Amino acid sequence: MFTATSLNERNDQVQRRFRLLFLVMTLLLVLPVLIILTLLVVRGAPAISLEFLLAYPKSGMTAGGIFPALLGTIFLVAMALLFSVPLGIAAAIYLSEYAPDNWLTRIINLAIINLAGVPSIVHALFGVGAFVIFFGFGTSILAASLTLAIMTLPVVIVATRESLQAVPQAFREACWALGATKWQTIRRIVLPNSISGILTGVILEVSRTAGETAPIMFTGAAFFLPFLPESVYDQTMALSLHLFVVATQVPDVPDHLPYGVALVLVGIVLIMNATSIGFRTYLRGKKKW
Amino acid sequence: MSTAPGPGLRPPEDRLDLAWITDKAVQVLMFIGGISAIIFILGIFAFIMREGLSFVFDRFDFLEFFASIRWAPTSNKNPTYGALALIVGTASVTGVAMLVAIPFSLGAAVYISEFASGKTRETLKVLVEMLAAIPSVVWGFIGLTIMNGLIIDLFDVPIGLNVLNAGIILGLMAAPIMTTIAEDALKAVPDRFREAAEAMGATKWQMIRQVIIPAARNGLVSAVLLGVGRGFGETMAVLMASGHAINIPDSVFDSVRALTATIAAELGETAVGSDHYGALFALGLFLFLVTFAINLTADLVVRGIRKQ
Repeated sequence: MFTATSLNERNDQVQRRFRLLFLVMTLLLVLPVLIILTLLVVRGAPAISLEFLLAYPKSGMTAGGIFPALLGTIFLVAMALLFSVPLGIAAAIYLSEYAPDNWLTRIINLAIINLAGVPSIVHALFGVGAFVIFFGFGTSILAASLTLAIMTLPVVIVATRESLQAVPQAFREACWALGATKWQTIRRIVLPNSISGILTGVILEVSRTAGETAPIMFTGAAFFLPFLPESVYDQTMALSLHLFVVATQVPDVPDHLPYGVALVLVGIVLIMNATSIGFRTYLRGKKKW
Repeated sequence: MSTAPGPGLRPPEDRLDLAWITDKAVQVLMFIGGISAIIFILGIFAFIMREGLSFVFDRFDFLEFFASIRWAPTSNKNPTYGALALIVGTASVTGVAMLVAIPFSLGAAVYISEFASGKTRETLKVLVEMLAAIPSVVWGFIGLTIMNGLIIDLFDVPIGLNVLNAGIILGLMAAPIMTTIAEDALKAVPDRFREAAEAMGATKWQMIRQVIIPAARNGLVSAVLLGVGRGFGETMAVLMASGHAINIPDSVFDSVRALTATIAAELGETAVGSDHYGALFALGLFLFLVTFAINLTADLVVRGIRKQ
């Protein structure tokens, strides 16, 4: 009935070309991830063994394992979460449940955007000026994890706020209508219905925190320590800084060693990230409303 | 736990029960959490000022800082603090990064938002997120090893740690966040715009070019701005991949040194309170103000669309 005119055909052709162009661009963007991961696995896998994960570095960090760095990263991430998760959730609850649409709320939102946008090395300077010197924590796990916590706070706030806002308003209204206070509503209705979304955000934060290097360089992570930290006032090694050190600062490192460290770091970060994404997809499928 | 208030009208004194008090206390706690982001931003500014202020007042020379390329804080006779070469270094790396990131991330955003569907779209989005998750020190390591060798082989240059290397790495790092924001901006264009264009007989490409992209313009601009901010502030990757040599580059094959990288490389070696130490905090203050301005602009641009 309708036959395509030459103009239609030309338009279709133009469209096909652009579609292909954009597809190629998208692939060129995601291709590097796959290439990088393949290279890291191919070159790093030979270094990885149980001993590599559980031994101390030896011979001036040119041999041995990464145990203290691995454990240090876990300490730093755990401590950072201890500070940022309660604070981030409180901030998100305020923004989603209490905040009126006024100038203060706009400034809070702007501050969150900026907190995420301030360069990591500026966070490091802040950590040095505030926690290491002013509060007198010295270069310590405490100072480093506080710096990390402030830097990654926006991740928790944004993810939590989103999952709180996804709870339908009708749920809250039903609860208020029964005479519950605002906090009772939040605790019994809003939080239980959004807890999995919050968890997704927390996992994402773990992945971000574990990879950060600049903020911990001068606040609590050490190049090399022959022992494990005993308190939060001690320094610690960290996986991310360890990669920087073996890749740039130590002479005569065998090739496979930094690749092994990079593989472990990327492995942790991507597994965390994939968990978060998988969890989110699963929840989306399960959603009841 | 708490005595829940019963239904119906409550006498005034009943409002002072435990549930009511808890409710008010929690509201205050949440408010403190809410304003914590403001406190931290002000704190960052205050503490960097605190450490850098004596340098800014005693030693800081505006002309030297912005016009001299001699960054020699450790010189015994005549320490100078010219940051021009560092600013040019950061700008050139960010520039190359944007040449890489802008077309690819906007192209990818259009493809993911408008052309791809179902499983393909989800897969591509996950891959973009993975790209964003790779830590900056790992990118730096890739620049140092893989990209370095690649650039030396491909372009037959003696050193592969240069503007091109750091620029490409930085572009790949900035691209995912730009793609995500740009895709959100395209998604936010109401479907009735699309339906109207299709009803007029437009092909998908005509619709994208003439309806969707103009409608999402502000969001796309803000995506680019946030990408620039990202590039400007990136530290570890630039430190490892740029060659870290104080230099005004003639071509993309020259090594440069970035503002962020200078702080990262030198802070460990300075004595607290020295001029050099103060100078690094002055660099940090400059970085803070520039990224703050970029983020503020991006926010205002986005707010522009909401107003329409």
